[in-house]
Amino acid sequence: MVATSETAPPANPHDALDAAAVRAQFPIFERPLPNGQPLVYLDSAASAQKPHSVIDKERECYERYYANAYRGDYQFGIHIDEELEATRAKVRDFIGATQSEEIIFTSGTTMSINLVANAWGRKFLRAGDEILLTQMEHHANLVPWQQVAHAMGASVRYIPLTSDWRLDLNRLDEVLTDRTRIVAVSGMSNVLGTVPPIREIAAAARKRGALVLVDGAQSVPHLATNVRDLDIDFLTFSAHKLYGPSGVGVLWGRRRLLESMDPFLCGGHMISEVFWDHSTWAAIPAKFEAGTLPIAQAIALGTAVDFVTGLGVSAIQAHDADLTAYAHKRLATVSGLRIFGPEPAHKGPIVSFAIEGIHPQDLANLVDRKGVAVRHGHHCTMPLHSLLGVSATTRASFGVYTTRGDIDVLIEAIEFARQKLRRA
Amino acid sequence: MSSARPTTIPELIETFDALGDWEAQCDYLIDLGYDVPDLPESARTDANKVHGCQSNVWLIAATKPGNPPKIEIQAESDSMIVQGLIAVLLIAYSGKSAQEILQTDIQQIFSRLGLNRQLSSARRNGLAGMVQRIRSIAEQSAATGSAAESS
Repeated sequence: MVATSETAPPANPHDALDAAAVRAQFPIFERPLPNGQPLVYLDSAASAQKPHSVIDKERECYERYYANAYRGDYQFGIHIDEELEATRAKVRDFIGATQSEEIIFTSGTTMSINLVANAWGRKFLRAGDEILLTQMEHHANLVPWQQVAHAMGASVRYIPLTSDWRLDLNRLDEVLTDRTRIVAVSGMSNVLGTVPPIREIAAAARKRGALVLVDGAQSVPHLATNVRDLDIDFLTFSAHKLYGPSGVGVLWGRRRLLESMDPFLCGGHMISEVFWDHSTWAAIPAKFEAGTLPIAQAIALGTAVDFVTGLGVSAIQAHDADLTAYAHKRLATVSGLRIFGPEPAHKGPIVSFAIEGIHPQDLANLVDRKGVAVRHGHHCTMPLHSLLGVSATTRASFGVYTTRGDIDVLIEAIEFARQKLRRA
Repeated sequence: MSSARPTTIPELIETFDALGDWEAQCDYLIDLGYDVPDLPESARTDANKVHGCQSNVWLIAATKPGNPPKIEIQAESDSMIVQGLIAVLLIAYSGKSAQEILQTDIQQIFSRLGLNRQLSSARRNGLAGMVQRIRSIAEQSAATGSAAESS
């Protein structure tokens, strides 16, 4: 299954995860919170918790063979390089790429997008060119493009949303033009949960000669992602939302594009030769990996990929679909509650909502007393929130360890908060 | 909760100490917030908005003649917990002279109430934004001899 279908696949109960067994792999759930409540973690879209295997891999690296990467011609140096290359190969296979050199380690999605916006945008964009985004983009896939557009005299346009919070592809021709040079689109909205039809968008972009970048920060942990099937040019994602360590992420790009781009960060490891007056660049991926990598984190990303592959992305999708439908059903019973996002069939496991008369910050603070961790605010999507008509929302988002019971606790905690705020 | 609302910071500190834990103190803040009078609709303008808050906060001030003149503050938020913090600020600042406002060590009060420890950094920033607004109103008032009619 691929993240191109506008309709998420139906939940198959036989395919679902054994939530208890999965949860047992996450040590964070072994202890109660400081206030004595069990943890109900509904903020996986912000950052996912880590399984034992990932934590153990990072520890193993530090305890048994740590050294800097791609520098030491000694036993540990060679071992570290092998581990990193093993991760690169796992990531390559995980996203359906064919060449390890096309996998660039970055600090995360934000850096990956900034890298493309600057290393590609500042070299190839011309005055009058257009960058096409969507109205639901995270600031990380919006502000870098605004900046490079200002610098190059290009402009930023947006694919509009429908009234049910999907991309309005009937209006794609209004914004995708012969001046469009790149289409940068989220694989799953971090607020609405909307899963756009990437393959369809990529095909339309291709006809206009535009490149396609997919911000996979939310989609890669939840949907099967194959860069060849999708026919895209760049994919970006973060390890920390994929049950991996914080501080490391990935940029995948087509070799010819990566080779044609200028470096983004300059320094050690990314050069071929340095002279007093100029330098030449190393081959990819080193050209884009200046300085010391987050070494142990990148190695443990490979373990996170193993973890997700081991569960099976189709099982994860079935689990997500079940939880999302259940959350919509339960939240619909809360009076004055409005969900911002499409029906469960068209979205990932992210549910943002507002409750009449209750500020999201107060709600987040009060449900925390019941052990419920939810995010509040604009979720780094201020322009989108101007369309939602509210300055802030509360967001519950799910991971492989989330259960229906967690959603039940959320509903109880909302009622508790409502009473505390005298909105009962 | 106690029926008599504190009118001074020492009274507020006494109540906070009696309540003991943060959950009870937070509930009490929400109660205090309910007693803060609403702002007139006309005062909820962009100019009166306090920056740095995740919730909407509007704050206005007016001068009551006297020697020295006293600054009356009114504020409102759409967050009930922030509304409770506004109640604390009104106890600390409202009805005081510009000089008294500028001499108030608000950080010491927040720290004594445990707010610095309990509030998220976003809430602390919002609180700092409100304090900043009140202090600049007081500074302006001290400089001109009459409080700014910021409404």
